[in-house]
Amino acid sequence: MKIAICVKEVPDPTAEKRIDPGTNRLVRTGENTLNPYDRHAIEEAVRIKESGVETEISIVLVGPASAARTVDKALAQGGDRSVHLADDGLADSDILATSRALAALLERDAYDLVLFGQQASDAECYVMAAAVAERLDRPCVSQAASLTLDGSTLRVKRQVETGYDTVEMPLPAVVSVSDAINEPRYPSLPAIMGAKRKPHEVLSLADAGIDPDTVGGAGSRTTVRGLSKPAGRGASVRIEDDGTAAEKILAFLVENKVVV
Amino acid sequence: MAFDLTEEQDAIRAGVADLCKGFDGEYWRQLDRDQAYPEAFVSALTEGGWLGALVPEEYGGGGLTLADGSLILEEINHQGCNAGACHAQMYTMGTVLKHGSAAQKDRYLPAIASGALRLQAFGVTEPDAGSNTLALRTRADRQADGTWLVNGQKIWTSRFAHSDLMLLLARTGTPGEGQKRWWGLSTFLVDLREAGATIEARPIRTMMNHATVELFINDLVLPADALVGEEGLGFRYILDGMNAERILIAAECVGDGRWFVEKASAYATQREVFGRPIGANQGVQFPIARAHAAVEAADLMRRKAAALFDAGQPCGPEANMAKLLASEASWQAANACLDTHGGFGFAEEYDVERKFRETRLYMTAPVNNNLILAYLGQNVLDMPRSY
Repeated sequence: MKIAICVKEVPDPTAEKRIDPGTNRLVRTGENTLNPYDRHAIEEAVRIKESGVETEISIVLVGPASAARTVDKALAQGGDRSVHLADDGLADSDILATSRALAALLERDAYDLVLFGQQASDAECYVMAAAVAERLDRPCVSQAASLTLDGSTLRVKRQVETGYDTVEMPLPAVVSVSDAINEPRYPSLPAIMGAKRKPHEVLSLADAGIDPDTVGGAGSRTTVRGLSKPAGRGASVRIEDDGTAAEKILAFLVENKVVV
Repeated sequence: MAFDLTEEQDAIRAGVADLCKGFDGEYWRQLDRDQAYPEAFVSALTEGGWLGALVPEEYGGGGLTLADGSLILEEINHQGCNAGACHAQMYTMGTVLKHGSAAQKDRYLPAIASGALRLQAFGVTEPDAGSNTLALRTRADRQADGTWLVNGQKIWTSRFAHSDLMLLLARTGTPGEGQKRWWGLSTFLVDLREAGATIEARPIRTMMNHATVELFINDLVLPADALVGEEGLGFRYILDGMNAERILIAAECVGDGRWFVEKASAYATQREVFGRPIGANQGVQFPIARAHAAVEAADLMRRKAAALFDAGQPCGPEANMAKLLASEASWQAANACLDTHGGFGFAEEYDVERKFRETRLYMTAPVNNNLILAYLGQNVLDMPRSY
């Protein structure tokens, strides 16, 4: 079984995010790392492999050459090989352009399953898996809380507001996993030291057969025209439950004419 | 000498940092309250292969250099954790690796590398010997059947209750004419799982959460093959391992120092009194800046010492200076951090007082800084013996 994990390099999620006022883009010059949500996708692939299914796990990343360290981090987490599309022509790609590049990389190999983390911690869009699945014309499920393989069928328990949906889909398929699906393990020292020795494929746009006009700024259809902070919350009332919280909440709602 | 971390070193540090993030301040505070051993933390480090980092790859370890291995301990302390609970698992095996028989290495090193066996107790110091190791009184006498009968007392044997094996230094003879004054001590690998009631351990409660005991050894019988290396040369073996220990301890101090400096500078920038950040006052800012400079300077000495060690060059002066400077720097940073936090520095929830207590140990143990000064004065600067 061939599994691809699409991972992203993001600014250190523990550092404060800053926007460049000139470009309206996120400043990425600080410490960058592996998107923490992607670790759940890698962990899930490793668990499939450990369950006895013969599996090759490929790490797929679109990003600058400097993201090689992030590729190694993902490999240390459990990948077997990596495919890294690194080309200056990719700068300023939006979701449409990036999904095009990812789909082109994924089409180069016959992956049975493509996994994503549920979101990237920088842009928080949640939609890349669906965009890539659309381009590949494959079924897609998001927010997977568990995966069960049965031959060439994948059963996905999907987290929804009211509980769980269980979805069955034929492989090949695209799935984005929820951050509740597992607890990713810490990479071991041997895994970290061994990451460099795993096969790394670094490609340019030309190598991957991608038309430069379809990615980067030229291939993007969105422009960030302006940014503003979300409006702050209005005055709030904090109610500690000392046994009378329900009455206090009701009184508050009546007073504000939310209920009559 | 290169000053930037290599990609591998960077990855080691990031890997340790990731692991440490799972063990936050509250984890350590609770252990501190209970004076409990950080079992989950040590298990996570063990499972990740971090504590076997210095064991050669042929024995299943990480095969790292000391420079790389020291980054592990540095980053543990830098992340607010405490490497003191487990650092000995990294380096105590050095005596077995360097002086043990092939059979001892094959038997113990793979298990130490995997963490199946914990060798992190080191029975050297005694109540009446202190830093004067040659005055120790614990005796190991060879019996007619080749076994060794051990009697004596040890103190400050850290992590004893969390070890399967203990490296023990005991007197097996006295120097005869023409022999060096240090001859006559020998090192033994004691399997604590088989020692039973012949070793009685009394815990010593200390000012920080550090698992240490006093040991009473009564008629402990060790098999003939418990002896590590040659009889009588134990003191040399212990000295051999000390440079590595000094460098690793210096790395822990650098990690502590960076934690204090980062914590202090962040608080000084964010905390406002009299309408401006307290860090805008030179009285607050300069001690932090001075501590930062001290930590960075000590780090350079530690890295030089590690580079010499890894190149197989003599590094006694550098290793000792690294430990001296780094322990002083971390203590300087600890005081700057506590002063910056004012009353809040004494509040448990800020972790400053815990780290403050923890880092103070390094000026006293595993070697007192005064003994380092005595070593430098006498052995490096050729001045008269001062003790």
